[in-house]
Amino acid sequence: MVTAFSHSAGRPRVGLFVTCLVDLYRPTVGFAAVRLLEQAGCVVEVPAGQTCCGQPAYNSGDRATAADLARATIALFDGLDYVVIPSGSCGGMIRKHYPALLADDPVWGPRAAALAERAFELVSFLTDVMKVGAVTARCPARVTYHDSCSGLRELGVKEQPRRLLASVEGVELAELPGAEVCCGFGGTFCVKYPDVSARMAGDKADDIAATGADLVLAGDMGCLLNIAGTLSRRGSPVAVRHVAEVLADMTGDTPPIGAKG
Amino acid sequence: MESTAHRFPENARRALTDENLQYMLRKSATGFQLRRRMAADRLPEFEDLRDQGRDIKNHTLAHLDVYLEAFEAKVNEAGGHVHWCPTAADARNTILRLCQAAGAKTVTKGKSMIAEEIGINDHLEAAGLVPIETDLGEYIIQLRKEPPSHIIAPAFHVRKEQVAEAFRAAHTDLPPDRPLDEPRELITEARLMLRRRFQEADVGITGANFLIAETGATVIVTNEGNGDLTQTLPRVHVVIASIDKVVPTQEDAATLLRLLARSATGQEFSAYTTFSAGPRRAEDADGPAEFHVVLLDNGRSKLLGTEFQEVLRCIRCGACMNHCPVYGAVGGHAYGWVYPGPIGSVIDPALIGIEKAGHLPNASTFCGRCEAVCPVRIPLPKMMRHWREKEFDAGLGSPAVRRGLGVWGWFVRRPRLYHAAARLAVRVLRRFGAPGPLAAGWTAHRDLPRPEGRTFQELWAERNRRSGRGEA
Ligand code: SF4
Repeated sequence: MVTAFSHSAGRPRVGLFVTCLVDLYRPTVGFAAVRLLEQAGCVVEVPAGQTCCGQPAYNSGDRATAADLARATIALFDGLDYVVIPSGSCGGMIRKHYPALLADDPVWGPRAAALAERAFELVSFLTDVMKVGAVTARCPARVTYHDSCSGLRELGVKEQPRRLLASVEGVELAELPGAEVCCGFGGTFCVKYPDVSARMAGDKADDIAATGADLVLAGDMGCLLNIAGTLSRRGSPVAVRHVAEVLADMTGDTPPIGAKG
Repeated sequence: MESTAHRFPENARRALTDENLQYMLRKSATGFQLRRRMAADRLPEFEDLRDQGRDIKNHTLAHLDVYLEAFEAKVNEAGGHVHWCPTAADARNTILRLCQAAGAKTVTKGKSMIAEEIGINDHLEAAGLVPIETDLGEYIIQLRKEPPSHIIAPAFHVRKEQVAEAFRAAHTDLPPDRPLDEPRELITEARLMLRRRFQEADVGITGANFLIAETGATVIVTNEGNGDLTQTLPRVHVVIASIDKVVPTQEDAATLLRLLARSATGQEFSAYTTFSAGPRRAEDADGPAEFHVVLLDNGRSKLLGTEFQEVLRCIRCGACMNHCPVYGAVGGHAYGWVYPGPIGSVIDPALIGIEKAGHLPNASTFCGRCEAVCPVRIPLPKMMRHWREKEFDAGLGSPAVRRGLGVWGWFVRRPRLYHAAARLAVRVLRRFGAPGPLAAGWTAHRDLPRPEGRTFQELWAERNRRSGRGEA
């Protein structure tokens, strides 16, 4: 792990990779990430030229576009101590797949590997790097948590969000049966195979209902949009939010994802 | 077998509304997963074993020619014969020739996915022979005239009521009012019918889980013991196996066997593990007079040295499909060719072409559970992605998705334009919801949550202007 901070008065400089879905759908998550990072003692910067990590292209077999976006992202976050991403799948893209994608490139390969070492998913960055053990937030609700596939299996994000959630005043955590099972989003998968995706999302919604939770959280906007859209179509009263909103105590700032009205 | 992989979306839709299938899928959803987990937890060295399994297979694949020739030499030494078959047709014809030379009428068969791959039953039937499946699951689907839906549990999709129905239709010489409600009654009846066939068979065909170069032995695992009867009772034993089944030593086979049953069914070991090495020797109590190994390539050697080489490590345990949420939703038949689930999504395009099987590597969310449980650590999602790359480079795949990605790709490379477009898009989305055919795929089943209305980048720039900070 990199510890030689280019300190801004001893505080690590963190570049926030907003992710395209947060940028478009849920700016609140970006602000929640900024707040959490600042509370943890980081100086946060948001490079303006960022767009998307390139995962949609990469997973569609379009390596050229993915590599263009990877190079652009690597260049943008040069010089920052860390890049932090409020998403397991974009985090996995930058941490695991950029180095693989650019492995044969003598210039960008090593740069990708160097960035990968400094890139972290938001919640695991807070706990594992900044050693945050608790947050100051209140959210009186029965809460359940869905483990997004990439965060879980590519980045090992599992108990970190649960640990921080346990410190939120009022949160009663109910484990989700099948928490590690995919919700059926899968990027373009959900529009290419909508029926299969819907079956998977439906199972997820059933599992969520079975917990009796009022609020379901996850760390990835893709899953959250899928879960929120499915619950809302069913008329379910369960609210949906990104975990960062709860940890940053911002549930009062904006209605849940997909809330009608 | 005729592929319907190109109709995956329709196959899947049908599967999702097939009540019997859905009943079985839901019933078995977590059983295999739990049993594998428990078996793995009971064995402290399980993760190390997976590394060893991967390494054994990698080493073998790097010297495949050497080990296959060593295997052949040992089989010859024991008085058996190896038949090298580059294509499925070669393998079919070789087996038919062996059956005809033996004057066979009835041929018993153990479970073999390679037999499915080459379509041996149809070929033998067309020549007037009677192939009889002796594995209970295979026997059931043979009566139902359908392919297996799972590589280790061929009749995974069949309810017991449907089995009873198939038995009543086929076993017409038994009393029509006999009870067939309990699994036990079904098994007893199958045993009775099969016992007669074992006696009549002139040739027994089995698959192989491993071929051992060191000894020339072929190895099968079963839980019913049917494989043993299939290979010892008839005069001629034909083993059908693909070239990737060879391993260097008996010790290596033992290592892989320790992984196989645990990963497949959560058993420590299958009930029967049988080694066959050559025909009956003078001092043997039983065994066949002739021993043949039909060694199939069928496109596998073309994968060596490519980004797909690692898939040849597969030991066909089925764990990847047992943990796959897509398989769990639609079952095996929807995949449309011999191998379903994640392994099928990688190997089917290799064997029948990406033009025919293009849907399969796309019908995955890349959730990664398959790779997480694969005993020989095959990076299945990565390989599916490689197929998508091949498809993309060849200009195949859904034109609508390609067009959409093309437009998106143009914008995301131009941050200023992209952000301007994004600012507009979220306002439109907030007011009117999503237009277009891609949105229809989404909104058929779920709502599209409205965005908050402004992009993060624009709000962040605003906040910085207010606080006098510049844009980073
Ligand atoms: S790919 Fe791995 S998990 Fe799937 S059948 Fe083969 S060995 Fe088993």
